[in-house]
Amino acid sequence: MIENANKISLEKVVMKTLHRQQHELANAHNQLQIIEHGQTGDFALVPFQQKLDEAGLYPLKPTGIQTFQVNVGKMCNQVCKHCHVDAGPDRKEIMTKEIMQQCLHVLVQNPSLQTVDLTGGAPEMNPHFRWFVEELKKLRRHVIVRCNLTIILANKKYNDLPQFFAQHGVEVVSSLPFYTQDRTDRQRGNGVFEDSIKALQLLNGVGYGMDNSGLVLNLVYNPAGAFLPPSQEALEKEYKTALMERYGIRFNQLFAITNLPISRYLDYLLTSGNYEKYMEKLVAAYNPVAAANVMCRNTISIGWDGYLYDCDFNQMLDLKVACSSKHIADFSMSDLNERSIIIGQHCFGCTAGSGSSCGGTVT
Amino acid sequence: MMSENHYYNAADLAKFSNIGEYQKELADKFFSYYGEVFKDSALSAREKSLIALAVSHAVQCPYCIDAYSSDAYEKGWSEAQMMEAVHVAGAIKGGAVLVHGVQMMNKVKEIAM
Repeated sequence: MIENANKISLEKVVMKTLHRQQHELANAHNQLQIIEHGQTGDFALVPFQQKLDEAGLYPLKPTGIQTFQVNVGKMCNQVCKHCHVDAGPDRKEIMTKEIMQQCLHVLVQNPSLQTVDLTGGAPEMNPHFRWFVEELKKLRRHVIVRCNLTIILANKKYNDLPQFFAQHGVEVVSSLPFYTQDRTDRQRGNGVFEDSIKALQLLNGVGYGMDNSGLVLNLVYNPAGAFLPPSQEALEKEYKTALMERYGIRFNQLFAITNLPISRYLDYLLTSGNYEKYMEKLVAAYNPVAAANVMCRNTISIGWDGYLYDCDFNQMLDLKVACSSKHIADFSMSDLNERSIIIGQHCFGCTAGSGSSCGGTVT
Repeated sequence: MMSENHYYNAADLAKFSNIGEYQKELADKFFSYYGEVFKDSALSAREKSLIALAVSHAVQCPYCIDAYSSDAYEKGWSEAQMMEAVHVAGAIKGGAVLVHGVQMMNKVKEIAM
């Protein structure tokens, strides 16, 4: 442990968002150029479209939208190295109450949208977050919050979030890249593991993850490096054993998620010299069964400014849905259900191995 | 292509399954057996990966070392744990050399005045 502590202090770097650095990868167009053609413009992998075509899945169509995923803003108290949103404390893009009201209106009109998945940034940092959750519960929707855990301890005003979540029966999904401090802090920043453990204990304290409480606490694993996740099932057992033995923590399920080559993770792949090998690995692990079950087929993603996307990844690449219903103000379920989903080489991230989605593997 | 004048090429690891081109039946049997060996069973796939890493070093196979360094790290072993596994291989190999020192001593004692 002492060795690890020393290593971390030597590696201590204050992370800045790409946006704040005015980095070329802060621009979605520049990212897409690299994702499609590589750094030198001549990196040619088999096109994702061709793989879908071979599986009889192209053009990729929705199977019926059930999940309404709302990105309520890019502001975050953390600056994780792998973040595809390029979220951080300096990001000012925050969903207004007006856009939230338009979301609520769409939910009233479309009862088939049963699940509302709130993401960010740290969604709790949106000043209208609690109001929005309360309104969503009035509409009797299943609400998921993607909570980064440390936000609960970041400021006194967030300390009662576990009670707030419990009171409204919100499902909490939290990133914990690993059950050891070293790997978690390397990805998410110094001190994140320790605070995450404290936050998990607070969530357990109000009943989250406990048998028969009805309060669901799921954790997210994602690789801290240029590699794919191992077996979700095996990893869940290891997490459960390690977190229980070391910290007395319980949780429901572990979701193993593959990192997509977007934003800060793309930057990491490029600067570490891993980009080509990682993309080749994703392509080699392509699984047509996972392709048939990708989450964009039953999810619609709403950006902080109300624009609609096939998924949170396409949102960050500024690829708006390919139909006339491009904004929450113009939401048309039939239009959206008939659209073709926009695909690109980044989609290999969701179809590798057992597949990957915001709910973990898809096969 | 014989353009690379050396015995080991990292790109050859991905061609491992090509050994079936010259003898398919035996290759199929080997890869099927190999796949079975590394499944979760009495030992977990994770534990087997660490054993494979240590053995890779003991047999000094560069392909195996590449493959199982990635695999063991992906399966959650830490750098320190992986290095300790390599030390286990080193200790056994070193021990295997040194324990023969007894044979040497026996022979010397047999012939010395």
